[in-house]
Amino acid sequence: MPDLLHDLFFDYTLRTVALGAAILGIVSGTLGSYAVLRRQSLLGDAISHAALPGIALAFLLTGSKAPLVLVLGAAVAGWLGTLLVMGAVRTTRVKFDSALGIILSVFFGIGLVLLTFIQKREDATQAGLDKFLFGQAATILAQDVVTMAALGGVALLLMLLFWKELKLLSFDPEFGSTLGFPIRALDILLTTLLVIAIVVGLQMVGVVLMSALVVAPAVAARQWTDRLGLMIALAGGFGALAGVSGAVISSTAARLPTGPLIVLCASALVLISLCFAPNRGIVWNALRQRRNRRRLHVEGEVIP
Amino acid sequence: MLATATATAHPITVRDLTVAYHDRAVLWDVDLDVPRGVLMAIVGPNGAGKTTLIKAILGLVPVVAGQVRIEGKPLAEVRRRVAYVPQRGSVDWDFPTSVLDVVMMGRYGALGWIRRPGHRERQAALDALEQVGMRDFAGRQISQLSGGQQQRVFLARALVQDAAIYLMDEPFQGVDATTERTIVGLLRDLRSAGKTVVVVHHDLQTVPEYFDWVTLLNVRKIASGPVEEVFTPELLRRTYGGHIAFLGQPDQDGTVAAVAGGEE
Repeated sequence: MPDLLHDLFFDYTLRTVALGAAILGIVSGTLGSYAVLRRQSLLGDAISHAALPGIALAFLLTGSKAPLVLVLGAAVAGWLGTLLVMGAVRTTRVKFDSALGIILSVFFGIGLVLLTFIQKREDATQAGLDKFLFGQAATILAQDVVTMAALGGVALLLMLLFWKELKLLSFDPEFGSTLGFPIRALDILLTTLLVIAIVVGLQMVGVVLMSALVVAPAVAARQWTDRLGLMIALAGGFGALAGVSGAVISSTAARLPTGPLIVLCASALVLISLCFAPNRGIVWNALRQRRNRRRLHVEGEVIP
Repeated sequence: MLATATATAHPITVRDLTVAYHDRAVLWDVDLDVPRGVLMAIVGPNGAGKTTLIKAILGLVPVVAGQVRIEGKPLAEVRRRVAYVPQRGSVDWDFPTSVLDVVMMGRYGALGWIRRPGHRERQAALDALEQVGMRDFAGRQISQLSGGQQQRVFLARALVQDAAIYLMDEPFQGVDATTERTIVGLLRDLRSAGKTVVVVHHDLQTVPEYFDWVTLLNVRKIASGPVEEVFTPELLRRTYGGHIAFLGQPDQDGTVAAVAGGEE
């Protein structure tokens, strides 16, 4: 254990991976809270899957594998996919979940086709794009972490700046609209922030599992508090905790994948929160019920 | 000159309003003038377009044709003169926030972009909560409220908007007797303060008691005017298409107590 702690601070690879995982956990946990509260948990899934063709296209167009280029491609494709979902819901009779399903699979399908196409090409430079499927944390460099921090930082700053507007959007958009706020524009802003949160994590966790990090920390955080600010802060904290623990656990044994371990850690946090959180937890509720039953029982015997 | 125009214009004027959902008309060619200072009920059967009418007035639903004017102007120019109380079922009451926080949302429009609510907004919200008898619940998490309390929170949120025109969607829906009395008192206070109040209402029996003006709606506007002139068996029958039973005879001023039958 002391060795692990030592490595966490002094081993370059582990330190970089842990830092990156912490950043991605904070950003996706924080912004994922809004998706969960607005009952759009699966939006993150659609965004991350829709991002795959963007990564492939960015590589095909530029020939570069620089993270910033690929992340930009991912962001544009993820953003377009989400706008298509929102547009379909608004202008057709297709429901939100159906639209999500269609866009997600169409974009992901195109992404897989492009990825296969790239892999079959003669040149050797293409190797490694498929790491975006399941993520590959070990390849993270310090400069990638800086990119992640910068992107995530901008997203979090915008969220704090428009705190009141985003709260209104999430709780009662129609009322917000009568107050004169451009609700559709705010919706697009919030979705854009979520897109940023997701593409920040793609390299580490991959398009398939990324949505878990959008949903899980927020669901866990919701169990512990009834205040929006605290919930969002907690979700960011849980995300970071899951990220760092996943990175550390994967470093203890060779060939343990970081991305899936981060997701497993986040899931463990959800499980613990569902069971043990006061007021909302399962154990708490069971105890309360038993206490109530016993009290009724006792009173029932005293009265006659 | 502009001021005189505003002073003479009706708080709400609707002309030729048609709203359709896909290819079904929900509102058809509705003309409506709501005079200043009335307490008006919008009454009609289910699916008559009552909610759609106030949403169209608020610009919340796309209109096929027609025009809405607030105090003679487009809504966007006079937004702060209008307050809205949506159906309480329209939001998720498990949202992690407090009663005080929800009420302060009524001040967000006046605050504008980015500025956060401060001491003044807090005080306004507490005063509004006092008015609806919910002062002690300010710090309460909203998921702990009963239906009637939720409704009063929504009313308080509209009160802090300090508007001239209030549009309310079924504020009496499923509330307890205390809340009903509170709301009735509040509506009367608003009228005494010279405000114009429009309420989507379901319970025909209480219309003559609670309101002084009524609009009968069933996709088209059947009639609109003072309760004693418009709330008659003949016009109600036309609104509800015969599915209606009357309790007792019309009293001297011509109004009736009635309940809607059929699908209610």
